[in-house]
Parts: sequence; structure tokens; C-alpha cells
Amino acid sequence: MSGLRSWAARRLLLGGAQTVAVVVLVFALTEALPGDAAVALAGDQPDPARIAAIREALDLDRPAYERLADWATGLLHADFGHSLTSGRPVSSYISDAFGPTLLLAGLTVALLVPVGVGLGVLAARFEGRFVDRLISSVTLGVYAVPEFAFGVLLVTVFALRLDWLPPTAVGYGTDLLGHPAALVLPVLVLLSRPVCSLSRLVRAGMIDALASPYVAQARRYGIPGARVRYAHALPNAMAPAAQQLARTVDWLLCGVIVVEALFVIPGLGTVLMNAVAERDVPVVQGLAVVFGVITVVLNLGADLITHRFAPRAEVAA
Amino acid sequence: MREYPGLRRRGFLAAASGVGALALVGCGGSDNDSGSGSGGGSDGKPRRGGRLRAAFAGGGASETLDPHLANLFADVARAKALFDKLADYGDDLSAQPRLASGWEPNAGLDRWQVTLRKAEFHDGKPVTAEDVLFSFRRIADPEKAFRAKASLEPIDLKASRAVDERTVEFVLKRPTAEFPNVLAAFGAYIVPNGTSDTAFDKKPVGSGPFRFVSFAPGRSAVFRRNDAHWDGAPHLDELEFVVANEESARVNALLGGQVEYAHELNPTTARAHEGKGRIEIVRLRNSAMQAFAMKTDRPPFDDKRIREAFFLIADRQELIDGALSGAGTVGNDLFGKGYEYYADGLPQREQDLDRARSLLRKAGAEKLKVTLDTSAVAAGFTEAAGIFRDQAAEAGVTVEVRMGSKDSYWADILDSGTLCCYRSGAMPIESHISQRLLTDSTTNATKWHHKDFDALYQQAQSTKDETERAAVFGRMQRRLYAEGGFLVWGFADWIIGTGREVKGVERKAPANTLDWARFDKVWLA
Repeated sequence: MSGLRSWAARRLLLGGAQTVAVVVLVFALTEALPGDAAVALAGDQPDPARIAAIREALDLDRPAYERLADWATGLLHADFGHSLTSGRPVSSYISDAFGPTLLLAGLTVALLVPVGVGLGVLAARFEGRFVDRLISSVTLGVYAVPEFAFGVLLVTVFALRLDWLPPTAVGYGTDLLGHPAALVLPVLVLLSRPVCSLSRLVRAGMIDALASPYVAQARRYGIPGARVRYAHALPNAMAPAAQQLARTVDWLLCGVIVVEALFVIPGLGTVLMNAVAERDVPVVQGLAVVFGVITVVLNLGADLITHRFAPRAEVAA
Repeated sequence: MREYPGLRRRGFLAAASGVGALALVGCGGSDNDSGSGSGGGSDGKPRRGGRLRAAFAGGGASETLDPHLANLFADVARAKALFDKLADYGDDLSAQPRLASGWEPNAGLDRWQVTLRKAEFHDGKPVTAEDVLFSFRRIADPEKAFRAKASLEPIDLKASRAVDERTVEFVLKRPTAEFPNVLAAFGAYIVPNGTSDTAFDKKPVGSGPFRFVSFAPGRSAVFRRNDAHWDGAPHLDELEFVVANEESARVNALLGGQVEYAHELNPTTARAHEGKGRIEIVRLRNSAMQAFAMKTDRPPFDDKRIREAFFLIADRQELIDGALSGAGTVGNDLFGKGYEYYADGLPQREQDLDRARSLLRKAGAEKLKVTLDTSAVAAGFTEAAGIFRDQAAEAGVTVEVRMGSKDSYWADILDSGTLCCYRSGAMPIESHISQRLLTDSTTNATKWHHKDFDALYQQAQSTKDETERAAVFGRMQRRLYAEGGFLVWGFADWIIGTGREVKGVERKAPANTLDWARFDKVWLA
């Protein structure tokens, strides 16, 4: 197993380097944003004296490398700095908002894997027949609808017309588990596109795998069809799906902005939107680092899983 | 890098920007201005009790209950529930006494005795002159940038003093006849003497109609009735502010019965639900001035004939229909329609392309080309620019529309360019003049620098008699009407949605005034 261990070590080192790159890149990009944060913060009161005062209060008059050094040192102690607008620590923004987003993402993934894989396997099993065509066309259709439109549609039908479910989670705060009905529509919207992409990937992978020589060989040995499908073909089909799943989880954690805004869920997406709108640079930077690190970790995890399912991926990694 | 008060990007009230703020609004022109005054008349007898949930766009996790930091609409609504000001703006933007029961100037109008009414804070302590001085000194702290600081500038706070428990003597740096406007300034709330900066988010103590219960920044704030409020206890038992930044979410929550009040709705929403019986749509007129600002100190607009030609090019109704989806009223190149001192006797300016062309010919500018700066910084800006470009083309003027950055728009247009889109929230006409039209104004976007105009302003501020003062403001406005730099084409409505059971919502109060976003006179039927 020393091969795996050195591979994992290399992969971890790469992940660390990626994280450092993320930190530097985030800082550089926020520096490069057009317009001075002080000007943006002054808004409709662009009194030059006020802008100068803001610039000084934000330490914008110090050289960029000094600020980067301070910030990076803080990050090592999990100190993300303080919000420009409220003065509260950025870490409290992130920890407060993490729960709702994690809950949404967790629920979505928990449903996504069985549903996505199930549909994919089902479609592959009936390749070219009615079930396959139905699943394929519906998933393709749903995939083409943007989340925002899909969300509005679901709210209009299930909340406002039929009155089955609450239209938003407004007023529930972070206590979403106490109001499970409010979670149904957001999770459905979040599921819509990943289910489609995952099931199509699994379907394609299964069909490839089922047509492969080793499956034909297994069949010739008289191994039952179910075992061939689930013990031999599926793991191979899962390799690309695991990568896709990592990307999906990543997207769920960072990209639920639309869903959070539509259903008023106070998660990371909402924090990010507010911070960008207010030019609260430390919060944006803190979130970007968290998202960056999550991405690195998830991809690391996905590579490890792929490695287990189909060791040949070692070459690619 | 400590907190920097008063800085929040979104939804600035007092003046112009505000991303989605001043939602611009939709339908029906000026059909039903019929609102029922303070609602009390047609809504029947107030009923006590119940909990009202109000949805506002908010500032996310950065929100605070420090009333001096109020910047967003949600901040102001919360501050108004928990705190009081000495005075506040009535429907015509004139200062109405609140915690002050009255004010009396000396002959020179530079010393004002303000008497406080008998009122107490939520902890039972009386509101005293010392609390007033503490609050104003906190706002004026030179180290900080509280938004109301500029408004309090006329006061010499070192020399001002407490005469007795309930009398403050304000010493001013110069005669200020409109001093009550200062007391009503945006964010000039009275907090107890000695309140620390951190106390506001834990357990804020004010003198307002509601007491603090709980607060989760960016999510919700719960308040309950203050039975001891000097203006009478509110009808509601409890008031909850919830934050929903997306307009569609506010509407859906209202339609789904999750909230009873939704602030800041879009025109299309209003049109879809007005008169359908499911929710009530309330339009607050004259809430936001919409204008083009011409820089009067540089070509081509340093020639007043060209400015007049531009006044005559604008088809105001078309701008309102196009840029505000019809939800607004036409402007007459003056700020403050319907407000105190507004010069409403001047003839309504209409489009007159022939005269515009002849004025341009006289000015030797027949093939005039100008650049119009705009940005997506406020609703309707880019649409207004496009419409005006087409209108100008009919008069032979080529307008090139230039899109600017949202972030730095207000700073960019202050000194550069020649023509730009402009807007402003409600404020007294006097404040508009002092902030934007004097030689030393800090945000003089039309570069209106006239010593004689400055002198008229000083004269108005030194005139004790109200009729005479109105006459001076009238003279100033006639001058602006004839040759000013603001082409004020309209005033946008402010749209609010309420549940059908919500009564007593004021229908005539422009945004920023006392009765707007005020919940102590509202009840649930």
C-alpha cells in the first residue's frame, strides 16, 4: 500500500499548495476590484473628506503586501479579521451561516445519491426503451431550467396555489429543522439539476461498463445479471460520477445563493451576497478562502474515492 | 481596523442610491391618491393585540440596532420602533415635535431653547437634556462617520448646554431658522446618556414605542409594546422585523401569509396584485426625485439657454411610463414636490421641441453632442437615459449614454462629466439646497456656484417670519426653475404591500418621513 500512501501524500501536498494559491489569489483579486472600497462605501455621500476618513479607517492607505501579510498571519490562527461594516469578527459570520447551508447541502446530497444513481441505473438497464427515453428526456428538460425559474414555478404552484408548503423560510432563522416543510421546496430546487447531471453520467458509465469485455467475460462465467450490474459495472460507472458529486457538493456549499435568496435562508450564499453588495472585503475574502479550502478538500476526497472504485485513476491524479 | 460607523452600501435612504431601493414601481400614474390620511378614518376602530411581521430588505449579518448607524430602510424602521428623535418629518417634510415639546429661538436665530416632553426610556429613567447632549455629541464625534454628523454641523455642541432637566439650549454657529430640521435629521435618535457602543446589540434601551425582545442580525428582530410610551401605547402586542432581500421572496411571504407587511415592492408586483383583493398595495407618493443633473460650470451647460432647451426636450410622462413603469408623478425641475415651501405656483413645464431647437440655435449649438452618464446603481436609471437619448434626438441633440460603475457612481458623477442621471430621497427643501446647491456644499453635482444664491439661502435662514422665509425660498426656486442644473422629470412612488387585515398604514407619507415604516399606529383587524 506504500504506493497509495505516497500518492495520498503527494495529493495532500498539492492540496496545501492549492490552498496557499487560493489565499493569495483571493487577496489579489479583491485588490484588483475596480473602484476603491472607500469610494464604494461612501455611496451617495461622496464628500471627499468623508472618503479620505473612510480610507484611513479601513487601513487602505497601507501598502498591499503589509495587509496581505497581516491577513495571512491571522488566517493561520483562524482569525479572519473583522467586518468593515459591523466590526464583528468574520469567523462569526461564517459559523452562523454555515449551519443552514450545511443542512441544505447535506439533505440534498443524501437524496441526490440514491435518486441520481437509481435513475441512471434504471435508464441504463432499459437502454433505448421507454423508461430510458422518459428518464433521459425529463432529466434533460429539467436540467435546462435555471434554478431561479424552477424555484419560482414551484413556489407558485405548491405554496401559493395549492397552499401545501410555506413559500419561504422567512422568520425561521437558523432553526430550519424545526420547520421541515420549509425545506421541501429549496431542496427540490437544489436537487433538480444535480440529479439530472448525475443520473446521465451514471447511465452513460453503466452503458459503457455493461458493453465492456470484462462484463461480457463475467456473463460468460454465468454470474447473475444483478451482480454483474451492481458489483462490477456500477463501481466503474461511479468513478466519473464521484468527481461530479464532489463538484456538486462544492457547488451546493458555495452556490446556493439563488436558492437562499429565493427562500430567505440565512446561509453562506446570503452572507456572500450581502458582503459583496456592501463591499465588506474581509468577509468576502474570508468566505472565498473557506470556499477554496472546501473545494480543495472535496476534490481530494473525490480522488481518494475514485481511487478506491477504480484504481486506474491513479495515473490521472 | 475597527468598525466604521455609518457605512453600508445598500439602500441609503436620505439621498440617492440604494441598489434596489426606491423600488420603482408600477402602475397607474396618479389615479388614486385617495389614501385615507392616517388610515384611521376609513379603517375603523383600532383593535389592540396581535403580532405583526414586517419583511424588509436588510443588511445581512452586519446589521446593528445602533440607531446612529441606521443606513438601510430596515435599520430606520427598527430604530423608529425602539427610539425617538426630538422632531421628525411630517408628510410635507416639515419638522414635527416628537420628544421635544417645543422650541424657541432667540432674536438672532442662533440660540434655540428646546423643551423636552415628559418621556421615559425603557428602563424607566426619564429622558433628560443630558441624554440629548450625549446623543448629539456621540453622533458628532470627529473620530467617527455617523451619517447624521453632517446634519448636526450647525450646532456648536461645546457651547450648548442643559438649562435644566428638560430644557436644552443649543448654540448654533450661525442663524438657522430651519433648525427644527436638524432635530429631525436622519439618524439623530436620542439614546440614554452613557450608552456604550456594544450595548445596542445586546439590549438596546430607547424611549420608542416598542421595547427590545430579541435580535438576530440579518434575520429577525422582535420587539414588544411599550405601554409607557408618551405618544400612547402601540396597538400591536408584538412587532417582528424579518429580512428578505429578494423582492420576490417578500411578495411570496406576504401572499403565503408568512408576513403581514412587505416593504419596497416592484411596479410589476404592484400591478399584478393591486385591486385583486389578496393583498393591499400602498403607494407613497413623492418619495424619490428623479432627475438629470447638468454641470452648470462647463460647456455646454454653462450656457443657460442650453439648460432651458434641455428642460424643454424632456417628455416627462414618457420618462415616468418608461423608466418608472408609470409609478410616479411628473416633476417641474424643482426638488420637493408637495413639501413645505415647494413653489407649486410655477407653470408645469411641457415638452416643446420647437422652442428647444430655437434656443439651441441661438446658443450656436445646433449639432450638440453630449455624454449622459448613467449606471445600474438605481432602478430606472439606464431606462431613463435611453428614453432621454431618443427624446433629445428629436431636437437634433446627440446624446451618448455612458454606463458607469455601480460602486463608484456617486463619486464619479460629482466632479466629472457634464450630464448624469440623479435621484434623491425625501428631505426638506432647505436640506436639498444646503447639501447640493451652495458654493460650499459637499455634494454639489450641478456645480451651482452663485454667491447671490448663497446669500439668499443665508437670508432665508436668518428670517424668523415664516411667510417671509417662504417668499425667499420661493425666489430661490424660481431661479432654479428658470436656469438651474437639475432637470427634475419625476417623483417615484414607494410601494408597500400589506395583508388585508393590516389597518392604519399611512398612505400619504413619503419614504423617510415619520409615518413611513411606522408601526405604533398600525393594528390587525
